[in-house]
Amino acid sequence: MTVKPHTSAEVAKASRLDEEPIPRRDFLGKAALWSGASAMFLAVLGIARLPRAAVLPSPSKKYRVTLPATLADGSAFIPPGRSVAIVRDAEGLYAISTVCTHLGCIVKHTQEGFECPCHGSRFGGDGHVVRGPAPKPLAWLAVQDTGGGTIMIDEGKVVTAGTKVKVA
Amino acid sequence: MSASVVSGSKAGSATPIGASADEGPGLSRALANLRMAPRRLFQTMFRSGPPRSDRSRSSFVFGNVFLHLHSVRVHRWTLRWSATAGLGVLTVAAFLIALVTGVLLMFYYKPYPEVAYLSMKDIHFVVPTGRFIRNVHRWSANIMVVGVLLHMARVFYTAGYRAPREFNWIIGMALLVVTLGLSFTGYLLPWDQLAYWAITIGANIAQSPREVTDALGITASFDPGGFQRLLLLGSDTVGEEALIRFYLLHVMVLPLALLALLSVHMWRVRKDGGIVRPVDADRRLAPVGADTYPVFTQAPQKTYQLAAVVRGRSAEVGNGPENTVPAMPHLFYAEAAVFMFTVLVCVVWALFQDAPLKELANPAVPENPAKAPWYFLGLQELVAFSAFMGGIGIPGIVMLGIGLIPFLEREHEGTGDWFGGPGGGRLVLGSIVYGLAAVVAVEAFAIHFGWIRQWWVAAPQLLITAINPGTVLTVLYAGYSIAMIRRYNSTRAGAVGLFTCFLCGFLVLTVIGTHFRGPNWEFYWSPALWPEH
Repeated sequence: MTVKPHTSAEVAKASRLDEEPIPRRDFLGKAALWSGASAMFLAVLGIARLPRAAVLPSPSKKYRVTLPATLADGSAFIPPGRSVAIVRDAEGLYAISTVCTHLGCIVKHTQEGFECPCHGSRFGGDGHVVRGPAPKPLAWLAVQDTGGGTIMIDEGKVVTAGTKVKVA
Repeated sequence: MSASVVSGSKAGSATPIGASADEGPGLSRALANLRMAPRRLFQTMFRSGPPRSDRSRSSFVFGNVFLHLHSVRVHRWTLRWSATAGLGVLTVAAFLIALVTGVLLMFYYKPYPEVAYLSMKDIHFVVPTGRFIRNVHRWSANIMVVGVLLHMARVFYTAGYRAPREFNWIIGMALLVVTLGLSFTGYLLPWDQLAYWAITIGANIAQSPREVTDALGITASFDPGGFQRLLLLGSDTVGEEALIRFYLLHVMVLPLALLALLSVHMWRVRKDGGIVRPVDADRRLAPVGADTYPVFTQAPQKTYQLAAVVRGRSAEVGNGPENTVPAMPHLFYAEAAVFMFTVLVCVVWALFQDAPLKELANPAVPENPAKAPWYFLGLQELVAFSAFMGGIGIPGIVMLGIGLIPFLEREHEGTGDWFGGPGGGRLVLGSIVYGLAAVVAVEAFAIHFGWIRQWWVAAPQLLITAINPGTVLTVLYAGYSIAMIRRYNSTRAGAVGLFTCFLCGFLVLTVIGTHFRGPNWEFYWSPALWPEH
């Protein structure tokens, strides 16, 4: 460690070959580096918000469905253009998402339940997994009776399996 | 002006052309200059003149920003077909063809759902030569993927990843990833059924870390899978946002990334001492042919000849580049030949087979079976057991393993020779037999008996994520690699075992996914046996 020169005379005497007592350049360099780095970091944080718009351009997840005049017990009604199966049984009405929990293909309703065309997953009538590779049961979606033979389905709201709604 | 004329070559302009025009009335000087303008433009573009001497051949290369990615002289070993089979150049050629045809397609393609499909139909049926150009684009992309894989295999089996070339191996892996990314993003653009469902599956693979976070019950607070999917699609479903993102990646981001990486890759080949060759390559080569332009035509004190001494670790360094030939014309003509061959293959293929285009994308009805492009069908086969392991876990492990090879394997024996090192060709053959047997056995078991969920419906998902055909195969291959390290007491033997097994696994899984999987991803011996639907 060199003794820091204090007076101007000491400063003048110090050789140019001696280490500069206060590494001012180092300080300025480091300050520049760190302010640059923090600016980059904050900019990246800001940019990270970019991929998700405040409103996603996907079709509305909440929609009204007019039930067909006759919907036999155990058979499913799939509203055109939607990936949801509406089933009625003695206890009421319920809606099961037909989006496979494996890789998002649309499952087909069959006598035994649902089957996925992409990787052969099978689900029971209530959406539970019968055969892999699906990791999770099909989602049950919120159903609300809006009267006059219409119901409101909210694909964004998952309810516990077995939630059935009485519809007149 | 006069300076550039002097530094130009003796070949082009022995006497300063401008001399006479420097005198006389201003107007006649201007006219004389105008007359000379084309010649001067040419001279200032190519200062060294025609490549007729060793010196001008050298400056032809290092005076050109594109050509100087190559070294001025190349070793005769690298110019033999058996050294590289031209696979790297084949891949670059396929990329350039895809680049040019891709730009042409962009004139008519419109990246908006449904409109995109209609513009594909326009390109197919209305635009003159549109169908041909799209075919060339599609098939050159396929050639590029095959070329990258074969080139990688060539570098591996000639031990070209060894010091000092480790970093270039990593760059090469990045190029493989970008190439696959280009293919994947291009796959969505036609907006037909095939594209739509392949991308839906791809986006859900990106989301598949949820398989693990769901099982752990932490998805609500930590959801990398959901973020990845959102990043890719910009929405909940494959729609307009996804299309514009894929389009941007396909025509701009990934090609630029590929060009940058490719430049570094080729420049590093030069900086690392040229293509890998055996230490005793000079001795094993036949004497220089009479038709080859000799290296030292003048006394070897000329400084420009020093530029020809390449870096290397062999005893031949310092002896002078006796076994090298000028890159112009020897290397460039060979590259041009490979390029023309690639063009020929693309053109003939495009004339005889059309790129597929199915019906318009329908988000309500999946294609059955919904298949990704063929080079992803090996992964799709694994995905059919566990989305996370097949789509992210196993590819990650494979890339890590391949990336570690040059750092774990630091031997010297057999560098530059096909299948060099302990074990040699016999080890490769044994690894092929083991690699094929293991993947066929695992797949046959899974196809015949099903997997855990078929026997035990309530099995916890983490168990299936951990134990599935993909992970079983990975363990079998890793175990084989370790056994080979011990048997030959050589890390090279382990690397050969691992890489060969990886190639076998990739090949067999791809064939099964492509040929033997039908509707509902059921096993069929042939697509002719698929049921009507």
